[in-house]
Amino acid sequence: MGLATFVRGIHPPDKKTLAASSPITEVKPSKIIVIPLSQHAGAPCKPVVSIGQEVKKGEIIGEPGGFVSAPVHASVSGKVIAIAEFPNAMGRMVNSVVIENDFKEEWTALKDNPDYMGLSSDELKEKIKAAGIVGMGGAAFPTSVKLSPPKEKPIDAVVINGAECEPYLTADYRLMLEKPSEIVEGLKILMKALNVSRGIIGIENNKPDAVAKMKEAAEGEKGIEVIACEVKYPQGAEKMLIKAVLGREVPPRGLPMDVGVVVQNVGTALAVFEAARYGKPLIERVVTVTGEGIKDPKNLMARVGSKLSDLIEASGGLKDGAAKVVAGGPMMGFAVSTLDIPVTKGTSGILVMTEAEITHAEEFGPCMRCGRCVDACAMGLMPFMLSILSEIGRYEEAKEYNLFDCFECGACTYVCPAKRPIVQLVRLSKSMVKP
Amino acid sequence: MEAKKEQLIVSVSPHIKSDETTSRIMWTVSLALMPAMLSGLYFFGPKALFITLLCIVSSIGFEQLYMKIVDKKSPVGDGSAFLTGLLLGMNMPSSLWSFSPFTAHVPVVASFVAIVITKQLFGGLGFNVFNPALIGRAFALISWPKAMTVWNEPTAAFLAMDAKTSATPLGVLKEEGIAKLLEIFGDKVSLYQHLLTGNRAGSIGETSAIALLIGGIFLLAKRYISWHIPVSFLGTAALMAWIFGGKGALFTGDPIVHLISGGMMLGAWFMATDYVTSPTIKKGQLLFGAGCGFLTMLIRLKGGFPEGVMFAILIMNCLSPLIDRSFRSKVFGVVSQSKPKEAK
Repeated sequence: MGLATFVRGIHPPDKKTLAASSPITEVKPSKIIVIPLSQHAGAPCKPVVSIGQEVKKGEIIGEPGGFVSAPVHASVSGKVIAIAEFPNAMGRMVNSVVIENDFKEEWTALKDNPDYMGLSSDELKEKIKAAGIVGMGGAAFPTSVKLSPPKEKPIDAVVINGAECEPYLTADYRLMLEKPSEIVEGLKILMKALNVSRGIIGIENNKPDAVAKMKEAAEGEKGIEVIACEVKYPQGAEKMLIKAVLGREVPPRGLPMDVGVVVQNVGTALAVFEAARYGKPLIERVVTVTGEGIKDPKNLMARVGSKLSDLIEASGGLKDGAAKVVAGGPMMGFAVSTLDIPVTKGTSGILVMTEAEITHAEEFGPCMRCGRCVDACAMGLMPFMLSILSEIGRYEEAKEYNLFDCFECGACTYVCPAKRPIVQLVRLSKSMVKP
Repeated sequence: MEAKKEQLIVSVSPHIKSDETTSRIMWTVSLALMPAMLSGLYFFGPKALFITLLCIVSSIGFEQLYMKIVDKKSPVGDGSAFLTGLLLGMNMPSSLWSFSPFTAHVPVVASFVAIVITKQLFGGLGFNVFNPALIGRAFALISWPKAMTVWNEPTAAFLAMDAKTSATPLGVLKEEGIAKLLEIFGDKVSLYQHLLTGNRAGSIGETSAIALLIGGIFLLAKRYISWHIPVSFLGTAALMAWIFGGKGALFTGDPIVHLISGGMMLGAWFMATDYVTSPTIKKGQLLFGAGCGFLTMLIRLKGGFPEGVMFAILIMNCLSPLIDRSFRSKVFGVVSQSKPKEAK
């Protein structure tokens, strides 16, 4: 039998060897830390500190602005020197708290819980919520929301996403090698919080050592299974991973909970463990700094609010010819216009590309209907029709071609021989019509 | 590094792309046609080369000229005009070069019809309804019916410019039946041999079934085409030939003769598989191919022409948009047939 997977998809070169062998090292936070109050899907946080106020590491600085939201904490100790709008990786201006680091690294009081598995489901959920944990695979959806499904959607399985199908990125891979038992503990906590007895860890098979490590860590744990998945993009998309490991298909426009599943990234599982065990809020994460344009590719444990330039410097700096910096992976990441952008809870990588690697998309050809995009689309859509309809302004018609089922993984655009900016055209259509 | 920051390139994801390009596809398909082209040269001599080159040069020339007139950037680099010219040339009889009265202008006019009328006036690459090379050939066939149906006898004597003419195997089959065909070629084995190698009268690039098959399988292996159109095309045609192709009784026809004669191989592997003018969804491609095979055999067995591949594909070309509208891909998560719960 073949490895678990989904139908269609693509095989871009994975380029993971650049950073794969570099153990996670800490990057020291710099003098000025800019912490956006909106690092997650949902409502931005309201600041609960004022200018001039001294804060400790781990202290709450922004409280959730709604149900779908997550609190934000200080990642260093020091003084709040400004609350103002700063650009994020998407180029949007986001209200942010600026802290002048006093380098004392003083923690706020944290509550240790050696018997975290003795806590109730609600207590665990409360801890996860208070720690400001969000999905760390990139979408940054608040974890507490995923853990509170409506009653009519019973959950029977938690899936830990260790696919890391984005080329180049190795942050999750390093975590699985270095903290496998913590990740398994995180999974157990999530299972307890949701009151389910089935846990699955799905990992792409280009990381056999991670599969082995996780299997070792999960050995003897009841109901937990490690499944190796075929190496195929976008294997790490929630819907594709669920299909691969459980054979269930999330309905169109639906959520994993519609098929009784909650999916969390391995980094999130670790954060969940640390929140339940040590009461530690989410103030740092692993970021892969990699690419042909970086001197010394690394996996860095970086504080939320550190600048991209700090991480790049810690990785030996840019090589000559570095021309594009992407926050995230090459398939779904955001190209940034400046390196003065803070690392957030969702920043999985910093990819530096050289001039030679970049395909300039100023010119693209007409669609020949070759069908490569159809064969690539994991969602079973017809991306060429979406791109053609968007190009001629027939946005409403694009809806008939399941416009809003597209999650913009970029597989179609990767394979398009005419180099058509399909994802961009899809986004244009989405912005022009209501779902 | 300060200066660098200002020069960062920003674009929408994805930030990596495959190295496949439109022009690489066009040139690879052209490459896949080379075995058949070389076979054509071997059997029909330099005349075949002249005719094909004339088609290629005129196709590229007309595209350049048109782009100049409408003031657009020339897309000649994409190789599609070259491919159209090549296919058009391979669909012409080599006898055009030495036909009397003079007909060497036929390839030029056909190229004009293919490139300017069929392709550019419909919006250029990607927007044409019909296969340009086939419309070019159809135009030539209708305008110069005599010249387009005089076939040189194949000769390995390379420089024989005034080769004898003969009917194509399909022509013989239509007019005089399989018995006559076997009489000409000796026996069945010899007939198959001639048809497979291309040692028979016909259009320049259509005669060698083996050479075309090599090119087709190459494209299949490179995933430039999928099996759906060629297999449903050839399968339907073979079935029809077997059932209705015999004299008198049903199920006595010889499907192999039909598969490897005429333009069947060239059509099924290289003309019907044209991305632009065939359906995109695989289910639709199966229907399209089956339609091509059915119409080809209908024309061959019941129509006025000995060969039907060209008209069959052109007819199916105009059904392509309709087929594309009728077949959708299966969207992930959609449960087939059964209605969602709330529809109770």
